[in-house]
Amino acid sequence: MTAVEEAPLSPAGNPIGFGNMKRVEDQRFIRGEGNYVDDVNLPGMLHSAILRSPYAHARIKSIDTSAAEALPGVVAVITGKTLEGIPRPSLLGDNFAWMPTLSYDTQAVLATDKVRFQGQEVAFVVATDRYIAKDALELIDVDYEQLEPVMDAKKAMEPGAPVIRDDKGQTDNSITDVHGHKTWESGNAIGTAEAIAQAENDPNCVVVTQEIMYPRVHPAPMETCGSVSYLDKVTGQLTMYTTSQAPHAHRTVYAMVAGLPEHKIRIISPDVGGGFGNKVGVYPGYVLSVIGTIVTGKPVKWMEDRGENLMSTSFARDYHMTGTIAATKEGKILAVDVDVLADHGAFNGVAQPTNYPAGFFHIFSGSYDYPHAHCKVTPVYTNKAPGGVAYACSFRITEAVYLIERLVDCLAAELNMDPAELRLKNLLRPEQFPYTSPTGWEYDSGEYEKTMRVAMEIAGYDELRKEQEEKRARGEYMGIGFSFFTEGVGAGPRKDMDILGLGMADGIELRVHPTGKAVLRLSVQSQGQAHETTYAQIVAHELGINPEDIEVVHGDTDQTPFGLGTYGSRSTPVSGAAAAVVSRKVKERARQVAAAALECSPDDLEWELGRWFVKGDKERGKTITEIALLSHGSLELPEGVEGHLDATAVYNPPNLTYPYGCYICVVDVDPGTGQVKVRRFIAVDDCGTRINPMVVEGQVHGGLADGIGMALMELIAFDEDGNNLGGSFMDYLLPTAMECPTYELGETVTPSPHHPIGAKGVGESATVGSPPAVVNAVMDALAPFGVRHADMPLTPANVWRAIQGNPIRVDMAVE
Amino acid sequence: MRFAVPSNQAKEPDMQVTMTINGESVTKECEPRTLLVHFIRDIVGLRGTHWGCDTSNCGTCVLWVDGEPVKSCTMLAAMADGREVRTVEGLEQNGQLDPIQEGFRECHGLQCGFCTPGMMMTGRWILDNNPNPSEEEIREGISGQLCRCTGYHNIVKSIQWAAEHPAENEVKA
Ligand code: FES
Ligand code: FES
Repeated sequence: MTAVEEAPLSPAGNPIGFGNMKRVEDQRFIRGEGNYVDDVNLPGMLHSAILRSPYAHARIKSIDTSAAEALPGVVAVITGKTLEGIPRPSLLGDNFAWMPTLSYDTQAVLATDKVRFQGQEVAFVVATDRYIAKDALELIDVDYEQLEPVMDAKKAMEPGAPVIRDDKGQTDNSITDVHGHKTWESGNAIGTAEAIAQAENDPNCVVVTQEIMYPRVHPAPMETCGSVSYLDKVTGQLTMYTTSQAPHAHRTVYAMVAGLPEHKIRIISPDVGGGFGNKVGVYPGYVLSVIGTIVTGKPVKWMEDRGENLMSTSFARDYHMTGTIAATKEGKILAVDVDVLADHGAFNGVAQPTNYPAGFFHIFSGSYDYPHAHCKVTPVYTNKAPGGVAYACSFRITEAVYLIERLVDCLAAELNMDPAELRLKNLLRPEQFPYTSPTGWEYDSGEYEKTMRVAMEIAGYDELRKEQEEKRARGEYMGIGFSFFTEGVGAGPRKDMDILGLGMADGIELRVHPTGKAVLRLSVQSQGQAHETTYAQIVAHELGINPEDIEVVHGDTDQTPFGLGTYGSRSTPVSGAAAAVVSRKVKERARQVAAAALECSPDDLEWELGRWFVKGDKERGKTITEIALLSHGSLELPEGVEGHLDATAVYNPPNLTYPYGCYICVVDVDPGTGQVKVRRFIAVDDCGTRINPMVVEGQVHGGLADGIGMALMELIAFDEDGNNLGGSFMDYLLPTAMECPTYELGETVTPSPHHPIGAKGVGESATVGSPPAVVNAVMDALAPFGVRHADMPLTPANVWRAIQGNPIRVDMAVE
Repeated sequence: MRFAVPSNQAKEPDMQVTMTINGESVTKECEPRTLLVHFIRDIVGLRGTHWGCDTSNCGTCVLWVDGEPVKSCTMLAAMADGREVRTVEGLEQNGQLDPIQEGFRECHGLQCGFCTPGMMMTGRWILDNNPNPSEEEIREGISGQLCRCTGYHNIVKSIQWAAEHPAENEVKA
């Protein structure tokens, strides 16, 4: 399919199909009428707070809650011991003190034996208001015996390292996945090793090896995590308002944890104030709000504060990567080998498809054409918070893109070649698609060089290089950085992908009422992605119903069909496809009804937007509105044609979709202070068909800011004692409007051949693609100092040290 | 573990606070330590003002006190006693959206909407004090507030849009 022609406008001025459309959801948000979890107040509702461990690794000797219990207003104080006493009728262990993670590991709901990271949940207070609940935390006395913490992933597997998961009978800090593997490999180890060895011995080739750390960061949505839970003891119905990106998946997890049937659990995810992967996991706090309502019989609200959010829920990255790239001296890439040490924290809680324990990291061969690639990932436990897959990472494609894009720039430096030229030499060519990568991905479509040229054109690349040269002569340091990324999103084909055994297909339901107005029920969950607008546009595009006449329902498991939720840029590729498919089912039914009404064969009918008509007789036809009424009316329908105009669908994607793009960042670096200023940021994305270009661009803007943040300031580091050094917004720095430039966007459109509307998804593209552009730009600026690599975040201190030839390790505060 | 009968009277409210909120006089009881953001949200029940951090860094709680934007998490409710508060709910006048609200919708200045009330309150104040701000002035004006979704690009555009489309009766400072 080709680029979409402009859609006609509805009476309200909205495109009946694709195009810029103002967001439906804005009407409530601009009035302050959004409904977030903390806005939910139920009659008789109690509040809660969690006591967290001050230590990264310590044995709990005793907990005295008596003073807290005596505080007026305190209703219940719950510890791990209490939870051990609540029997659980489920397959997942016999009590509530432990819960399953999304990676088949276990995680303490409240610590019983030991605490394993700073900020871990130790006790839970339910009280009449949130201030009293916090007061009570101060009155709980925990006697800890401090243990040596394991903070350095590189030392976690050393003999004699303290064992973190003794609860599982472990004798070291290795992590074993559900298939019994302790390391995860992909690609061709032997072929890659041979190619690299050959290159090493070939005077016409070069081999570059670089250690590259993607440090621990945090998605930090503006709204923290929380829930309001209420168990109606009479009906046995549990209702949970919760900050969830995946309400249906969460419901099943709670069903497993609590031993309740799904139909007795209703998850309502109202407006969600940003997710970015932070709201995929099931956290102890959510479970505790459920336990709180079980214990007190009242609705219980749990709302994280910011420190808790940054310290305990869902970190991202923490990959120590060593990459080796081999190429000819002309710049033809031959092979890439990667060794990764993956810090998973104290519980293996990564949220990714079961058969992909390192997520989609092995897409690291990137956008380039070379035959040999191999990676090996070794995960370890450390005394840090669990998580790993979050922050718009497309299941670790962030790490993969960062690795290959940094390696390519290191290679360019080694070859003394322009990084743009090096990329252009190696980019996959259009005729190679569908392309099977050396690690087994099947890229669906792409015109990479075209996209890169558009970006270079917007940037005015040649002039930029000239300017740089002039500036260097004056002792000014400006840098130009490229990133060319390919993502695989839209997980995923159910034969390959599941989370905790739940296949990743998405259900959907469309009803067209007798008056021709429609309601679409989605399994995915917006956290700002404008689903209420864009899904109406998909149905409008397929059926010709005005988008303002289509109501999109989401965020309530009682009102929507099953599906795995919104993360990994999967909504448009999976659920968006489902929306098109279900609309086509309705369209087909409409054809049968129209044929009956027009007394002809369905085969004699032809479709134009919003209307079936008789081939060759355009006047004789029925609009979708007319058909809606007819289908609910007394019209006699042929055998086998059901009345009414509704349908359901479950979309099982045949493959991932592969959005890609080229980003160019221009920075100025002050070598005296190490300060980096992002002056320009050019982003050309190809995400296939754009349903609502305004929304697509908005998401790209957000991701570019993420890239600036991660590259320059965001970091969760630890000191040797296990203290989290990024536990507040005073320490975990996010970019403000001052650090972000006005972005310059462009587009190319190469539709996905296997997606019903050719869309590929874009939600995470910029977060994935932008960090290497910023870092490459800074390294380019620092080239005159002989700096080839320094790890993110490139804070003034880090840049300054790199210039002094003394780059530091960013993940540990070691002096 | 202990079970007590929940009682909202567990803690005696210690003081009475009176303030004008969006033009209406409001008197409520609260503890002396109650933060203004919690007073507005939980006690008065206006939930458009949000709460996003513990360190006065995020700005999702921005509202106006006596005509100036403040982070309502840095202020006690008691400190607002006798003063005039304007929140996001007070932007719309007589069923007429404020241009800043229209601007955010026109220019896609929001995604999840969580930072939006605070951003709009600051945006309105910037324009009241400087009807034609430069991009730099707008960026600086909102630099005490965080947005994770928009990368600020369209927030800046939204405020510019509002500057270009003043309400007919807009009172200039
Ligand atoms: S709540 Fe973050 S600044 Fe007020
Ligand atoms: S719109 Fe989500 S934080 Fe600003």
